Amino acid sequence: MTLLETRSLTVHFSVKRGLTRRSADVVHAVDDVDLAIEAGQTLALVGESGSGKTTVAHAMLGLVKPTAGQVLYRGVDITRQGGKQRRGMARELQVVFQDPYSSLDPRMTVRDIIAEPLRVHERWKTQQLNDRIAQLLEMVGLGTQHLWRRPHEFSGGQCQRIAIARALAVEPRVIVLDEPTSSLDVSVQARVLTLLEDLQQRLDLAFLFIAHDLAVVASVADAVAVMYLGRIVEIGLAAAVLSHPLHPYAEALTASVPRPDPEERCTRAPLAGDVPSAIDPPSGCRFHPRCVCRTDLCSTEQPLLREMDGRLVACHTPGYAADIAPADLSASNQTTQHDAPGRPAGRRAAGVESPSRSAPARRASRP
Amino acid sequence: MAKLLDIRGLKLEFRSYRGVVKALDGVDLAVAPAEILGLVGESGCGKTITGMAVLGLLAKPQAQVTSGEILFKGDDLLKKSEGEMRALRGREISMVFQDPLASLNPVFTVGDQIARVIREHKGVSRSEALEATRSALSATGLPDHGGLLGSYPHQLSGGMRQRVCMAMAISCDSHLLIADEPTTALDVTIQMQILRLLIGLRDDRGVAQLLVTHNLGVAAQTCDQIAVMYAGQVVEQGPTIEVIKRPYHPYTTALYGCLPQGKLAADLSTIPGSVPDLIDPPAGCRFHPRCTHVQAECAAQKPALIDVGPGHQVACHWVGRLGVVPGERMHA
Repeated sequence: MTLLETRSLTVHFSVKRGLTRRSADVVHAVDDVDLAIEAGQTLALVGESGSGKTTVAHAMLGLVKPTAGQVLYRGVDITRQGGKQRRGMARELQVVFQDPYSSLDPRMTVRDIIAEPLRVHERWKTQQLNDRIAQLLEMVGLGTQHLWRRPHEFSGGQCQRIAIARALAVEPRVIVLDEPTSSLDVSVQARVLTLLEDLQQRLDLAFLFIAHDLAVVASVADAVAVMYLGRIVEIGLAAAVLSHPLHPYAEALTASVPRPDPEERCTRAPLAGDVPSAIDPPSGCRFHPRCVCRTDLCSTEQPLLREMDGRLVACHTPGYAADIAPADLSASNQTTQHDAPGRPAGRRAAGVESPSRSAPARRASRP
Repeated sequence: MAKLLDIRGLKLEFRSYRGVVKALDGVDLAVAPAEILGLVGESGCGKTITGMAVLGLLAKPQAQVTSGEILFKGDDLLKKSEGEMRALRGREISMVFQDPLASLNPVFTVGDQIARVIREHKGVSRSEALEATRSALSATGLPDHGGLLGSYPHQLSGGMRQRVCMAMAISCDSHLLIADEPTTALDVTIQMQILRLLIGLRDDRGVAQLLVTHNLGVAAQTCDQIAVMYAGQVVEQGPTIEVIKRPYHPYTTALYGCLPQGKLAADLSTIPGSVPDLIDPPAGCRFHPRCTHVQAECAAQKPALIDVGPGHQVACHWVGRLGVVPGERMHA
């Protein structure tokens, strides 16, 4: 069952410019995004910084107002709700942020931090409140001896557990996890991931899991959406998207994860350049200036999400990046290629032509 | 081969109001010329402190080296005066930090900052320094188009800033680069670009590197040698492939088990307990309270590094007692 979904979600921010602050630039943070979070499932949102992941999450939580499109919780548009109904929805949608030290009030005790959402939503007697807080602490692997301490007395992993306990306090159905483990050590990350998995099973929670670490995503996600510059470029089941990405960006992203195996050293050239500015995004496919298999069409026409191999892909030439990506470039060659996406070097230019020529043959050979 | 950097039995303490923090407890490390040594471990294990100690960047009254030596090209850096260290920093040994925005000066242009390092060390003219700046920037993959030299750090992307920091580090042809988590603040795609650059510096310019990272993937992809640190001690070191493919120390194995590499979250193994407080560290092997193979002697005596393979050393009583055959993998 779909709990939370977005329909053509678009969020633009205007940035005032110049001395007089009269003219404004528009940041295209999120454009036309459709996502659906199913009950008890984890949807992961991945992409580089500046791709709009967090803005999508904020819009889904009702923290930013969409420029266009809808955010529906159980079919009701949350952006149009006010007062009591909005509060009822806030109860079901909770969030855990990336940096536990800045998302917990340093002057509040653990007890106050966890009690705060309960005080907003419930009118409980002290005894009932204490019981619930003790239960929540136990759920996240802490104890009542921690009740009267403040956030600075805890390690990053423990703080993240407190933030999770706070999110769980009002029995939400959906929890948005915005990079919940990226500020943690691997050993602590493993424990937080196991905890989240366990809580999801026990409490039938749905997660929107925002991350840039694809190895983490692979271990928790049921479905994955890959974003680039405010648009979804590929979305589908985690197993399919992460093991056989079809969009060249998704492919580059999965290939960029450094594998902890010295016998499998990555030899392909890294994705060149940086994410362009969202103020003036590239025409056509927003990824085309960095893409290894771009064609003329890519710079003029924006590809729409189409179904292919059991997932949706927005690409004019999906599925060839892995074959085309220039491999085995030594670092010295790579440096000359960097930052010159407009003038590709010889090898890459040769690669660019091949998808259009050999596309039908290759497509036929795909399983 | 003669070692470029040879740290022997380095013990370092911090005086804090709570007591003495025993941050490094007998660290032995060596970096050969044109070699990348990866220093891996959890936060607080002393990786960064080791790098800062080499450059003499730790605040003096609080940080005290109680024993050991840091030999660079045979000279003990700990015996050098502040003036001699100043001449060395940026010239012979340079450092790249985790957050490039915090390590660049926001009120000077990129060109000014790099040229200043060159003028300071080489005493060349302004125009010569700018020329050297251009070549350093292009060596890190930033050709000077569109006035990069005249731009300020905030105008650049994260990846470009880190390249600027690296250009500054190599501008005087340093022999040793200490890179402290150089890619942690960057996206994976940019991380890969920077790692390629580090490998390129080793291969093309012969720059030896001490790469501090908590990411075993980064270490596996980039380093020639790996040293695993835990609570101020080196617990295992050796060639990358040996340490990652055939780890002996229970901590290395446990750390590797925490990686979500192709595993479901429910199947991830974890390390019980937490990193100890170094004011009152556990006696003997500092890992023993969290170790699955703990024995009586572990709490009594600090294990010495023993050879388990060619260039592969482990500090563990349990491994020592087992009398392992070098090269044979013990852990599934």
